Amino acid sequence: MAEVKTRKVIHMVRRGGISKTKAWAIRLIAAFLSLIVCAFVIVGITGQNPVAVYAGIISGAVGSGRRAWVTVREMVTLLVIAVGLTPAFKMKFWNLGGEGQILIGGAATAAVMIYLGPVLQDWLLFIIILIVSALSGMLWGLLPAFFKAHFNTNESLFTLMMNYVAMQIVTFCIVLWENPKGSNHVGVINQKTKAGWFPSFTGQDYMIDVILVTVITVLVFAYLRYTKQGYELQVVGESVNTARYAGIDVRRVIVRTMMISSAICGIAGAIIVAGASHTISTATAGGRGFTAIIVAWMSQFNPFAMVLVSSFLTFMQEGSIQIASQYGLNENASDIITGILLFFMIGCEFFIRYRIEITTAVVSNAKEEK
Amino acid sequence: MVLITFIHQAIVQAISMLFGATGEIMTEKSGNLNLGIPGIMYMGGIAGLMGAFFYEKGNDNPSVLTGVLISLLCCALASAAGGLIYTFLTVTLRANQNVVGLALTTFGTGFGNFFGGSISKIAGGVGQISVKTTASGFQAKPGVLSQIPVLGPLLFSYGFLTYTAIILALVCTFILKRTRVGLQLTAVGESPATADAAGINVNRYKYVATISGAVIAGFGGLYFVMEYLGGTWGNNGFGDRGWLAVALVILALWNPAKAIWGSFLFGALYILYIYIPGIGRALQELTKMSPYVVTIIILILTSKRNKPEEQPPASLGLSYFREER
Amino acid sequence: MENTVNAIELRGVTKRFGEVVANDRISMTLRKGEILSILGENGSGKTTLMNMLSGIYFPDEGEILVNGEEAMIRSPKDAFALGIGMIHQHFKLINILTAAQNIILGLQGPQKLNMKKITDDINALTEKYGFDLDPDMKIYDMSVSQKQTVEIVKVLYRGADILILDEPTAVLTPQETQRLFDVLRNMRSAGKSIIIITHKLNEVMEISDRVTVLRKGRYIDTVETKDTNEQKLTEMMVGEHITLDIDRTEVEETHRRIDVRGLTVRNREGLRVLENVSFIARSGQILGIAGISGSGQKELLESIAGLQHVDSGQILYRAPDGSVKELTTMTPKQIYDMNIRLSFVPEDRLGMGLVGSMDLTGNMMVRSYKKGKGFLTDRKAPKELAQDIVDKLEVATPGITTPVRNLSGGNVQKVLVGREISSSPKVLMVAYPVRGLDINSAFAIYRLLNDQKEKGAAVICVGEDLDVLIQLCDRILVLSEGTVAGIVDARETTKEELGMLMTSGRHTAGENMQKEASRG
Repeated sequence: MAEVKTRKVIHMVRRGGISKTKAWAIRLIAAFLSLIVCAFVIVGITGQNPVAVYAGIISGAVGSGRRAWVTVREMVTLLVIAVGLTPAFKMKFWNLGGEGQILIGGAATAAVMIYLGPVLQDWLLFIIILIVSALSGMLWGLLPAFFKAHFNTNESLFTLMMNYVAMQIVTFCIVLWENPKGSNHVGVINQKTKAGWFPSFTGQDYMIDVILVTVITVLVFAYLRYTKQGYELQVVGESVNTARYAGIDVRRVIVRTMMISSAICGIAGAIIVAGASHTISTATAGGRGFTAIIVAWMSQFNPFAMVLVSSFLTFMQEGSIQIASQYGLNENASDIITGILLFFMIGCEFFIRYRIEITTAVVSNAKEEK
Repeated sequence: MVLITFIHQAIVQAISMLFGATGEIMTEKSGNLNLGIPGIMYMGGIAGLMGAFFYEKGNDNPSVLTGVLISLLCCALASAAGGLIYTFLTVTLRANQNVVGLALTTFGTGFGNFFGGSISKIAGGVGQISVKTTASGFQAKPGVLSQIPVLGPLLFSYGFLTYTAIILALVCTFILKRTRVGLQLTAVGESPATADAAGINVNRYKYVATISGAVIAGFGGLYFVMEYLGGTWGNNGFGDRGWLAVALVILALWNPAKAIWGSFLFGALYILYIYIPGIGRALQELTKMSPYVVTIIILILTSKRNKPEEQPPASLGLSYFREER
Repeated sequence: MENTVNAIELRGVTKRFGEVVANDRISMTLRKGEILSILGENGSGKTTLMNMLSGIYFPDEGEILVNGEEAMIRSPKDAFALGIGMIHQHFKLINILTAAQNIILGLQGPQKLNMKKITDDINALTEKYGFDLDPDMKIYDMSVSQKQTVEIVKVLYRGADILILDEPTAVLTPQETQRLFDVLRNMRSAGKSIIIITHKLNEVMEISDRVTVLRKGRYIDTVETKDTNEQKLTEMMVGEHITLDIDRTEVEETHRRIDVRGLTVRNREGLRVLENVSFIARSGQILGIAGISGSGQKELLESIAGLQHVDSGQILYRAPDGSVKELTTMTPKQIYDMNIRLSFVPEDRLGMGLVGSMDLTGNMMVRSYKKGKGFLTDRKAPKELAQDIVDKLEVATPGITTPVRNLSGGNVQKVLVGREISSSPKVLMVAYPVRGLDINSAFAIYRLLNDQKEKGAAVICVGEDLDVLIQLCDRILVLSEGTVAGIVDARETTKEELGMLMTSGRHTAGENMQKEASRG
């Protein structure tokens, strides 16, 4: 027998199950670590005291009634997109086309505001905007879903490309609608008449957004939990074979689910255009179609977790926009902050699924190489 | 003459996409679908620009060569860091590739615009950044040859990165098709379990391919900043070229050499609107969507599964790890 | 003395997977320049044992000697270094690459590939042993036997002297099998030592010098092929008859329920996985299906359940009221909509049949979710059913809100079987119902099957333990290579008879069919 050597071996062991408290504790630690790293980054850039920086972030996010409402508005917007993407992702359909579906919904909304705004009553406009934006978003999701169902075309790349087709359609529309002429901006639509704007409710401009998003969120989760269709799409997502076994028409479920998912993203476009910015540009979606994917994924499609995650992200984004202007930085600082937060939150899921074990193993006799 | 200008301009547009596509192909060949490439290109571009900017700012008499080398190095380091973040999260921590990629693009785009904006401010305003010396190195054309009529503007009126892009694409194709490393990389992307059984270190291949792919793509960002813009920064100026690079991978059917022609085509489609007489600005915008529409059509056509070689790597997007029993 | 050294010697090798002992203190030898068959039923531990030689598993106890020297085989790389190469049942090949590229995969060598030289080397090798292989052909263009050739050449190219083939003939036609045997004989003449895992007796007799028999993880014996015959080998393989005390209830009145006539099914590669299969399943009876795994059992059940595309033949359902319905081209939904209560417990429980991430209630709904009012599902009834199953079948689970993925194999099976019998099926199909279950759970399942039989269901049960099939079933249909090798009365048959039928192959199966047909 040759000599025996040992060495430390790191094992990654899949956890059988993990208690909810423990899982959330890990996520909390990750969020905390990410805040520390963000602090280092901000301090590195601004040279300021980190406590002052975080105070600035808090004040930026909720420091005044107006700021707090903007934060809420941005948060519900991100939330509704994440909620909209959820049915598709539960079906394991990689809808990376949220951006495009939002843009098209937003463009449709702007069109209704511009062409019908002067002629129709407000309540009628509101309804038409919701319907038209949902339908146009739906069309944008229907195409990739159809080809996925019938030809198994890769949906993530397809939906991704659809984003930029939508982007060009929006630039096309901007040229048609630009105001003033030659500015390449649409400007605030119906600034004087406010036609088509979501009305203020209980004295708050964005209350309608909040109500709408709440209603959609509740409906989507009721749909997933209590309806036959919601049940079917989850079976399809888990195992196509089991779905066939259960007598589910897989193709139909794929198309139907994507229609619902993209219709909600279309409505999110309406919420952004008619409920917040009152204009349309190529930045209307602003990457939220992508961020929302991460929100939905990290929340593991739990609605409460989605509210938490989107609140956290929006809070940090709005806060960092504030400190950026306070310290004379540009507003893109918030993207860096978001990125860092996301990396940590994505990474921490590993520690929820796996346990790291360090053991001493016999490496074997000397003859063996490596 | 218009035609020559058109082709020249198409190639000018093509090069950053070609870098991006070549990098993404090498990455995807290892089974990693890196949707962070657009962000990495931003990171590479701004890092190269910053390197040159601070070098020229801190030096009264900057040398062209040093400037070029510094910006290349900074660009490579920043893009490699982007690739490292992606691989660490997806390979070591087994996170979902799409989610990580999108987060990286958010981060990278913000990174680029933030530092771009910041050094613009130091320089005194948007578009005021000037790294003339370094940029002159990037923009230097192969001397006399560019004076030849027709052939000059067509073939010899580009900076060295243009030729590098084309050579790099050819070299990558050679590596993939004719070398042992390329063969094993292909195996990793097709079936990591098989590669593992054959004694190939799957994770190492994934790390190396993804990080070098990121560096290659990063040069695309640097090309845009240095040669195309002449050494300055416009907020979001790089636009959607990163996503076009990802689309180009599909058009090129995972072959970098084919990406050369594909990128020329995309470059041509990208600027086609300028050369179509009599269409208004609105229609011009619609013409700009043609590269994406072309990609979608290719995607649908190839999904009908004609030739297996023209399919994406079989394990693309899936993370691999040996399950212990 | 060169030839006194054994190529491989195993001494007391044991391998456990959790509670299960897959190999129990096995000692055996492979001589240099011989072809050794390893014979055993499914689950006898043949593949596990060989996987320890090829570096996939590492033994818990015991020693392995290669060419007389003690060896540590921790990875396939180690095995290659010792000259051991294994050809697995599932080929490990990259589809879009050529044969030559697959053969050199993972090998060290000059960076730039000289494909001409590699091709020449491969051609020299294939000529030497008499293979028929085009090195430039892509894998996706190849037939199964060509792919197998690539795997064998891959092993030889790496300089292996000891080859292990895991059921190499399972996927081959008789002609291809003959060609493979020719090649193996050539390799033996060239001094290679070969182990071939199989359960086809005629092939064992034809190709091997010696036979080692394993049964239920234990070593039984090794004999010279020339001193034995198929009868003796079968006895060694199946062992003595074991009484299990499974009750077989007698049902007086039985009716024809399912008629299968001339069923032929092809797989995706176009190979016939079922050929001209005909039988009758009667209510009040358990029809056992025996056969080596992969003989078409899965496709047979899936065809009846509406999950498999049928190429030709008919599947008829005779309802208790006398009406006859054709199921041949129906989807599961159509069968459900016609109110035919057909239940199916598939082999891959979590891949088909259950939804791993859903809780027990959600899994009950796989069958019943359509029953809710209008748009909504009804969760109340499934919830009660889930609780009922947990109570009656003693499912060990923290509660009915636990995802089934977190349950143990036996409990997963109870949930699935419980759901499937809850609809009082007229036809109940189960595949390997007790696989992975402890003895108590297994008996619980047998009782459930008997209950259903007494209630008048036609039960079709695919099994692998012949003792169980003989004692549980009324009749046993034996599949061999996708054809019916025979249908026997379980009360009269013996394990030997079943064993012979299972390994009879496609040629003799036809004759047996004739006999069966005349018996009606």
